Amino acid sequence: MINSREALIQTTEAAKATLASYGCRILVCSGTGCIASGSEAVYEEFRKLAKDDHNVVLEFKPHDEAEHDSEVVSDVKNALGVKKTGCQGVCELGPLVRIQKGDDVIQYIKVKPENCEEIFQRSVRQDDVIESLLYHQGEEAFRGPDDIPFIAKQTRIVLENCGKYDAESFDEYLAGGGFTALQKALFEMKPEEVVDEVDKSGLRGRGGGGFPAGRKWKQVARQPEKERFVVCNGDEGDPGAFMDGSVMEGDPYKLIEGMMIAGYACGAENGYIYVRAEYPMSVARLRKAIATLEEVGLLGDDILGTGYNFHMHINRGAGAFVCGEGSALTASIEGNRGMPRVKPPRTVEKGLWAKPTVLNNVETYANVPKIILQGSDWFRSIGTENSTGTKTFSLTGSIQNTGLIEVPMGTTLREIIFDIGGGLKDGGSFKAVQIGGPSGGCLTEQHLDEPLDFESVKKFGAIIGSGGLVVMDDNTCMVEVARFFMSFTQRESCGKCIPCREGTKRMLEILERIVNGDGELQDLDLLEELATMIKSMALCGLGKSAPLPVLSTLRTFRDEYVEHIVNHKCRAKVCAAMRTFHINPEFCKNCGKCMRSCPVGAITGNREVGYTINSKQCIRCGACKENCAFDAIYVEM
Amino acid sequence: MLEEAYYQKADEIIEHYGKKAASLIPIMQDIQAEYRYLPGELLTYVAGQIGITEEKAYSVATFYENFSFEQKGKYVVKVCDGTACHVRKSVPILEAFQKELGLSAKKHTSDDMLFTVETVSCLGACGLAPTVMVNEDVHPKMTPEKVQALIQELRGDKK
Repeated sequence: MINSREALIQTTEAAKATLASYGCRILVCSGTGCIASGSEAVYEEFRKLAKDDHNVVLEFKPHDEAEHDSEVVSDVKNALGVKKTGCQGVCELGPLVRIQKGDDVIQYIKVKPENCEEIFQRSVRQDDVIESLLYHQGEEAFRGPDDIPFIAKQTRIVLENCGKYDAESFDEYLAGGGFTALQKALFEMKPEEVVDEVDKSGLRGRGGGGFPAGRKWKQVARQPEKERFVVCNGDEGDPGAFMDGSVMEGDPYKLIEGMMIAGYACGAENGYIYVRAEYPMSVARLRKAIATLEEVGLLGDDILGTGYNFHMHINRGAGAFVCGEGSALTASIEGNRGMPRVKPPRTVEKGLWAKPTVLNNVETYANVPKIILQGSDWFRSIGTENSTGTKTFSLTGSIQNTGLIEVPMGTTLREIIFDIGGGLKDGGSFKAVQIGGPSGGCLTEQHLDEPLDFESVKKFGAIIGSGGLVVMDDNTCMVEVARFFMSFTQRESCGKCIPCREGTKRMLEILERIVNGDGELQDLDLLEELATMIKSMALCGLGKSAPLPVLSTLRTFRDEYVEHIVNHKCRAKVCAAMRTFHINPEFCKNCGKCMRSCPVGAITGNREVGYTINSKQCIRCGACKENCAFDAIYVEM
Repeated sequence: MLEEAYYQKADEIIEHYGKKAASLIPIMQDIQAEYRYLPGELLTYVAGQIGITEEKAYSVATFYENFSFEQKGKYVVKVCDGTACHVRKSVPILEAFQKELGLSAKKHTSDDMLFTVETVSCLGACGLAPTVMVNEDVHPKMTPEKVQALIQELRGDKK
C-alpha cells in the first residue's frame, strides 16, 4: 500500500532504479495501428528469444534478486526488458520497435516476426544497427526516433511518454515522473491554487470548443452544492481523429492523474471516463490502470493520507456520435438516451446527476500534470498568446507520413503537412485539408502559412475541433466530401430538434442530387439558406456545426459545385454519375457481349459494323465494362 | 421463452453493476457481448430488476446504434467509412464484402449466421486506412482483393 508521500517517493525511487538497471529495453509499439499491423506477434517473438537466451534476465526487478542466479544479477547489463508501449507515432510504418540502451535509441520500422532474431543478435546482444530496417528518406537513413524529421519537428508534452514506457505499467509511469504533479498538488497547494495555476496557464479545452479549462474549474469550485463530479469525454467520434484514443491506450495513468488533480481542485470525489465503443483497447488499459491504482491505494479513500477521496469509473459508449456533446454524454452515463438538453443551466452548474460537473476531454486532462509540475509560465511559453501549449493532431488522408503528431499551437499548416508529414502521397498536389471533422471545414492553399490556433482557424470558417487533419489531393471531389460529412451528421442527428433533424436531411438530399448529376443552380442558394438556418437554430453544438463542411466547401470550391451541375463534370473523377462509357475499337472484337449485358439497351450495333454506347440512355452501371473480356470499354469523366 | 441460463447470466451481470437505473447501458452491453444480440425478453427482465419501465429500457436500447435485437453473425465485420478511410476508398471494400457474402445495404447478416457486415465511422487506426474491424481485431490497409482472402481465412477458422 502506498499510503503516504514518503511511501510514494520510495516506490518511485525503486521504480527508477529498476528502469535504470536495464541493460537494454525492446520497446514494441502497441497502439491500435501497430497492433493491426501485427506488433503482437513481434512482441511475442522477442519475448521468446529473450526467454530462450540464458545470458539475459528478462524483466529484471531488483527486489526479486533472490529468484535469480546472483552471478547474472550482479551484471545488470544483462537485464532485458521487452515492453509494449503507446503509439510511437509513425503508424503507417508499423510495426514499430525501439531498441533502447541507456540514452541511445534505435528506431526500427516495419518489423516482422522473422526480423526479430536478427535484431536480437545484432542490436540487442551486440551494438550493431540493421540499416535496412531504419527509416529512410531517399538515400538517407535515420537511426534514432528523434532523428526522423516526422518526430524531430514535434513538441511532445501530452504524448511525451507514448513510445517510451510500458503503457500498462504503473512502475514505469512512476519512473518517468508520474504522480509527482499529484503530490505537488496535494501536499504543496490548496485546491484554489491548483485552479488558479490551470487558469493562468491559459489551457483551453482540446475537444473542440476551446473554452478555457481554468474558468470552467473555477465555476464548478464556487458552486454551493458540495457533491461534484469530474467527467472525461473520451467519446472521440470525429471520423479521422484518433489522438484521444492514443492517449488513453498509450498513457492511461497520465489521464487519470490529470483527473485526480481536477477532482482535488474542484472538490469532486468521483470521476467518470466515457470511452467510445470502438476503442476496446483504451477501455482495457484504463480498467487495468484503475485496478492497479485501487490496489496500491492511490485511488479510493484517504489518498496518501491526505483525507482526499477519489474514485474512478469507466462508461463505454454505445455508438452514438452525439454523446460527444456534454449534456448528451452525462445523460448517457445516467443510463438515458444520449440527447442534448437546452442550456442553461450549464454543465458546470447542473451536469451529471444535476450536480456541478467539470467536463473536459482526454487531451485537456492529460495536459494538467505537466502544468502543475512546471507551472503556468512554462506552459504559456509554448504556443501563442491566446492559444497556449501544444495540440495533438492525427494526420491522415493523402499524405506521405500518416500518424499522430503534437505541435505547438500556432504552427502553420505548411510545417505540419510538408515538414512533418513529408508532403503529399505519391507526389499528388495539395488541394485542401479538412480540419475539425464533420463540425469543421476545409483549409486550402491560401491558408498554408496561417498559424493554426483557435482564433485564426475560426476566422476561416472552420474549427480546430478535436484535431483530425485529413489531407486531400486532386483525386478528392469536394462536393462528394461535403455529401459524405452531411450523410454522417444526418445519420448521427439525435432527432430532438427540428432544424438538425429535418435540415440535415434536406441538405443531404440536395447534395445527393448534385452528386448524381440532377442538381440545379438554385440548389446552391437553397443549401446556403438551409445551412445558415441550421447553424443559428439547432439546439446543440453538433447541430450548429453540422452545416460547416458544406458552407466551407461552397465558399472555396464553388466552381466544383457549378461544374457538377452545369457541365456534368467531376474533375476529381469520383462521382459515378458523371462517368461516360466508351468502346475502344482497337481492342473490341465485336463479340456483342456488352450489348447483351446492358440492362437498358443503351448499346446498339452488330458484328459487322461494331457497337456503340448511347450515353443518353446509359445508366452508368458498369455492367458492360465488367463483362468485356477484352478490356475494350473505358470510362471518361 | 428463453432458456433459464439466459436469466442466470443476466442476474450475474445485473449483480455486477448493481440494481440501479444507471446500470442499464453497461448491462445491455454485457448481455450483447455474451449473446451477440439483445434478446427482447431479457431486456424486459432487466428493466424489472433494475427498477425502470419496459418502455424506458426500449427507448434507450433503440437509441444507440450498437444494440441489436436481431442476432448477429459470429464475425461482426465493421468496415470503416471514416474520413481518412473514405478518402482512401473504403466504399469498394464494403461492396466487396457485400458481394462476396450475398449481403446488401438492407441485409447485414449472412444466412449461415457467420458474418454480419456493418459500417463504422472511425476505428481510430486512420494511419492505416482503409481499415476493417472483425470482432475486436483491426485489419489494416484493406483492398477489395484482400477481402476475399480474409473471408476465407475466417471461414477456415470455424472448422
